[in-house]
Amino acid sequence: MMEYIPLNFPFLAAALLAGVAFYIIIFKRNLIKLIMGIAILASGVNLFLVALGYRAGGNAPIYTDVPEGTMVLPVPQALTLTSIVINVAVLALMLTMVIHIYRHTGDIDAKKSRRLKG
Amino acid sequence: MALPLVAAFAIPLISRAGPRVRNTFSLVIFSLIAFLVAILAVDIHTVGIHVYTFGATLPELALPGGYTVPVRIMFEVDGMSIFMGLIITTVTLAALIYSLHFLKGQTGQARFYSLMMLLYAGMMGLAFTGDMFNMFVFLEIASIAGAGLAAYRTNMADAVEGGFKYIVISAVSALLVLFAIGILYAQYNVLSIAALAHYMQYTTLDMMALGLLAGAFTMKLAGVPLHMWAPDTYTVAPAGTTPMILAASYTCMYALYRVTFTMYGGLINTTAIGWVVIIVGVLSMFVGVMMAVHQTDIKRMMAYHAISQGGYMLLGVGVGLAVLADPVALANYGRDAINGGIFHIINHVFYKALLFMTAEAIFFRIGTRDTNKMGGLARNMKWTAAFYIIGALAISGIPPLNGFASKLLIYESVLKFNPVLSVIAMFVSLVTLASFAKVFYSAFTGPEMPAYKEVREVPKSMIIGMGILAACVIFFGIFPGLIVDTIVAPATEALINQTPYINAVMGAVP
Repeated sequence: MMEYIPLNFPFLAAALLAGVAFYIIIFKRNLIKLIMGIAILASGVNLFLVALGYRAGGNAPIYTDVPEGTMVLPVPQALTLTSIVINVAVLALMLTMVIHIYRHTGDIDAKKSRRLKG
Repeated sequence: MALPLVAAFAIPLISRAGPRVRNTFSLVIFSLIAFLVAILAVDIHTVGIHVYTFGATLPELALPGGYTVPVRIMFEVDGMSIFMGLIITTVTLAALIYSLHFLKGQTGQARFYSLMMLLYAGMMGLAFTGDMFNMFVFLEIASIAGAGLAAYRTNMADAVEGGFKYIVISAVSALLVLFAIGILYAQYNVLSIAALAHYMQYTTLDMMALGLLAGAFTMKLAGVPLHMWAPDTYTVAPAGTTPMILAASYTCMYALYRVTFTMYGGLINTTAIGWVVIIVGVLSMFVGVMMAVHQTDIKRMMAYHAISQGGYMLLGVGVGLAVLADPVALANYGRDAINGGIFHIINHVFYKALLFMTAEAIFFRIGTRDTNKMGGLARNMKWTAAFYIIGALAISGIPPLNGFASKLLIYESVLKFNPVLSVIAMFVSLVTLASFAKVFYSAFTGPEMPAYKEVREVPKSMIIGMGILAACVIFFGIFPGLIVDTIVAPATEALINQTPYINAVMGAVP
């Protein structure tokens, strides 16, 4: 039983990150904090994906000069890389939008800078 | 498919040669794309499902020799995908023509066209992909481009706010989708939708993944508990892009159907899931229309109606889903209900795009969206007024326009399923008519207002853009049977019967 705990640990961490992120996204009014929440959620999902592909004691999945033993799964790593790149773009776009909002309203509190109602 | 992507990145280069060259280039390249999509549509309806595998020696070779799982990225196009493809292409064409004049005098036009092409590429990819992870990638492409377009008028504070809401919602829902993809991959080690459907066991983890996917896509299509972003984003997006963001929402609806029908089709308790979809649909219908009635901002009112009309689509398909397991009921009214729900997507996108465009035409000329400040506009903007009437009658389900055709299908089939739902649907339709009539009277009729004496009709390209959509609305209304038989029925068939979709990829695997 004991040897399973280190393997499960990344999944628990991912779930924890996602939980914290949802708390931030729903309850924080500062737009920068909201963006940080999304970044944390993204890290949680990425951690989950990488942990999926991990095999205990595995090697890097490179086929030239391959050593003995199991390899870790390459596909989740590729997915994670793609997702990191996409998230960088999304976060950058969100930050530029917050800069614009700040210029227009002088505030980044979601309640105070709100113009659209009803 | 690659063409819009290439065009998106080529446009900033080409626009260095001057705005006229750029406009012509965008139009020509997009007409070419539309032509290719039309050819593909004819081909799919005569031959069947197309599979295109990237990097394989033969495009049809989904399974490499000796493998029992598809390892390559592929596109898989069936009746439902091409149906969405046709909608997206028509709307984008109209939006592109409309924008040619609308953007005159604004800065950053080259980037506007680039983003438009990117959004188009994202939506088409979402509709055509046969692979869960690419679904996520295209979802993100469409979200980023959509948010960029929504916040295009950065000189207005509310525009940035609408765009920001859209990107936050998109980012969260895309991450949920990715999480669900991770769960599915952990169990089956495949990403292709067909292969997933083939191996699906429907364990507890699969249920979790379904919940995540359904929640994420409902958020993106503005189903009622999660609809707050839609009015803001639709209101502030510049004309031409509002219809495209609308189309992007319904592409997410397509993704929801693809997941529930194709991936989980044979295994889930369809009655329960169907009822969930029905409840979300009825709530959207009701809340959307009630919020719309008291709006004074013309685009905001239309945006709430968009939520309400989305409810009709969910209602139709939900009824179909609820009786999917019961062959008698399915043949009796289930198939008609799904037909109605799907037909309503294309109808709604066309007339709502038309309405948004007329609203922007008014904004373009008089600079306000507040209906209380308008009046007597029909005197000077005859075309706009005519297009508005067509759109408003279509959305209220007045014959012989297209809204009537699809709503009738929904009413009839839902009446057989549960009369109460049908009554609610008709009531919502009446309220819709009332609120559009109110706006018509305050904006277009009445005495000529001195402030708007000099208002002129909008430029030709905007009229042509609206004209294309108005022509579609009338054509679909006069020949609903033709449209249902040629493009809607194959889409319904593709949803109900998921075996051909799976076999197109997994056919060789026992």
